[in-house]
Amino acid sequence: MASACAVAVTATLLPLLPCDAAPLGAEPSRGPGLTQARQVSVDDSCSHPEASLRPSSASGDAVKRIQQQGYLTVGVDQNSYLWGYRDPETGQIVGFDIDLVKAIARDILGSDAKIVYRTIPTDQRISAVQHHTVDMVVRTMSITCDRIKQVAFSTAYFQIGQQLLVPKTGTTVTGFDDSLNGKTVCAASGSTAEALLNSQPHGSRVLRVPNQLDCLVRLQLGQADAVLTDNALAAGQAAQDPAVHLIGQPLTQETYGVAMNLADTDLVRRVNKVLDDYRSGGASSPWMQAYGKWLAHNLPGVTGPPAPLYKD
Amino acid sequence: MSAWLPGPRRAAWAEGVDRLRDAATTEPGRLRIIGAVLALLVVTFGAVTAWQITERSSAARDVASRSEPLSADAAEIYRSLADANTTAADGFLVSGQEPAAVRQRYESDVHTAAQLIANAAANSQGSADTQNQVTLLNQQLPVYTGLVETARANNRQGLPLGGAYLRYANDQMTGTLLPAAQKLYQTETGRLNGDYAAAESLPWAAWILGLLALGALVWAQRRTYLRTNRVLNPGLLAGTAAAGLALVWLVAGHTVARSDLGDSWDHSGRSLQVLNQARIDALQARGNENLTLVARGAGATYEDAYEQGMSTLDGPRGQQGAGGLLAQALSLADDPGGRTPVQQAADGVAQWRSRHNVANNDDNNGDYDSALAYVIGGKDSSGTEVTQTTGQSFDTVDRSLQQAVDHETGEFERAAGDARDSLTGLPEGAAVLAVLGAAGAVLGIGRRLSEYR
Repeated sequence: MASACAVAVTATLLPLLPCDAAPLGAEPSRGPGLTQARQVSVDDSCSHPEASLRPSSASGDAVKRIQQQGYLTVGVDQNSYLWGYRDPETGQIVGFDIDLVKAIARDILGSDAKIVYRTIPTDQRISAVQHHTVDMVVRTMSITCDRIKQVAFSTAYFQIGQQLLVPKTGTTVTGFDDSLNGKTVCAASGSTAEALLNSQPHGSRVLRVPNQLDCLVRLQLGQADAVLTDNALAAGQAAQDPAVHLIGQPLTQETYGVAMNLADTDLVRRVNKVLDDYRSGGASSPWMQAYGKWLAHNLPGVTGPPAPLYKD
Repeated sequence: MSAWLPGPRRAAWAEGVDRLRDAATTEPGRLRIIGAVLALLVVTFGAVTAWQITERSSAARDVASRSEPLSADAAEIYRSLADANTTAADGFLVSGQEPAAVRQRYESDVHTAAQLIANAAANSQGSADTQNQVTLLNQQLPVYTGLVETARANNRQGLPLGGAYLRYANDQMTGTLLPAAQKLYQTETGRLNGDYAAAESLPWAAWILGLLALGALVWAQRRTYLRTNRVLNPGLLAGTAAAGLALVWLVAGHTVARSDLGDSWDHSGRSLQVLNQARIDALQARGNENLTLVARGAGATYEDAYEQGMSTLDGPRGQQGAGGLLAQALSLADDPGGRTPVQQAADGVAQWRSRHNVANNDDNNGDYDSALAYVIGGKDSSGTEVTQTTGQSFDTVDRSLQQAVDHETGEFERAAGDARDSLTGLPEGAAVLAVLGAAGAVLGIGRRLSEYR
């Protein structure tokens, strides 16, 4: 961890990379399968951006505001297959993220909770939270050193890494290396993938689109040679197109968190309380049930949620 | 060769001038010259009239039968492309299988656009601007429909990739196809204005020659009267009458044609341009209303664009009916047949706006299902079937505007046809009258000449 954190100190070069970005080729350490809380010391070097506030079920100003308004406004995506997507059959937004949203809404507003989904592009997530356009963003959002200065995150609820997606045949791209020279790599604007490409382009041209799924369109149309995105989202793309696959190893280690306004500390504690309950119960926990329902088939091998980390 | 050629030529020319000078010294010689000049003037007047009026008549025919229909076609290409795009978004908003009516509307839009693009290509008549836009449209339309079909296929498999393809198709439509259709419309409208200008331009040369010929004929008769004290020379009189008739016909025929063309523009052409623009704005407002729901919360820019489109159509929010294209169209419509459909469209827009406000409030208050039901139909969040949708209001507006366009097109064709008819026979008539006039002049002068034998 110590050497990885040195990267975070030079944050001017890698503004959006999480400080624990793993070096190329490092084995991904997926969910450790334990939910024991740890406390870490917080310092300026941002060694643990995923460290959040202790859980509490108390209702402060932010929670009361939501209860008074009568519904929970959540920034989600309708393009992230298996995470948050519009099911064309029913017209409803569903997925792993959405199950978590429902659990949070039930806790704050009761069993018949009303939820307003606001689908937002990748690069609008932070401003939506800052301007209170939404109460929270639950949208495959990586917790990074840069972002924790702008928004407050819950504890981590999933562990992922950036990975390349290419066509199964007819490509000369072999990994995140010089085989990308002269190639076009697609990434969503404002994503950690875009930041990684900006710092290490390997001679590639970066094609920026509003949403990671737009990258699969460009790849199918031959306008991009490869897609760089979270392996969790890339698995969703591969599930929609059997002619593409993930190559190499995850390039980073990141975690997803629920983003909220920095001022809404009571809401952060409340969501962390919900996540505590969501994680508990071992193999039959709500978390594992949601994993089994949405992700296990396309993203196998995860044994449990990441352990929460607290800074207070 | 060139060294000695000018010599004899100058000699021949000089010889001719000498002979003319000799002739002018005697009265018969002078009469011959006067007769020749009169005949030449009258024939030239007839020829120039025939030529200038033929040009104006063919421009007037082009207005009615070529450039106005092509300009209307270009507006229709734009409209069907935009309608296809809006319909595709409509189909996406419906859960499950796309309704057959939506599919049919999309198919018929694409079919209409393709047919009219082919028609525009056949009538491009070497205009590079037209050909460039038509080529672009021909290339991009199949690309667009391919993207929509891919979106459909993915949608049917329950994959969100379909939505991503639809967004990409929408980008292609708004970024490439619609701008090309817009440019085509501008080019065709430019040609229409050019044909108008050509048909309405005053035939100065014919007028001046006519006045000169008449003046010369009158002068010749006055000269004859002064020299012979005879008041009437039947030949010259007949010549003057023929030339005078040709001039009156020329001035009257072309003035009537100009006024008919002016009518066609004032009463219908201007209405048509406003109505076509109104149809396109209504369509874009509908598209933006749909995209607000497709974007689901990220649609603030679409909602703004909808509001802007409605303001252009029907005046800004809170001042509905004041200003806007429909008010303009209403003031341009000059008979009940034109006013009624425009009034229906304005009522439809007012209804649309109030229904949209309900839908928009639902959307902002988190009731997406009700908002969707108010826009495309279906059940609201309480399970009640919504029967008064903005989609119905939009259909009323579009249908009424179509009726208004049909009515004005009929009026236009009538006025432009009148303009063409008022020039009918004028070129031939002027030619015949000029020949008669020249013959009269020659006969009249010949009668005087015979007195010297």
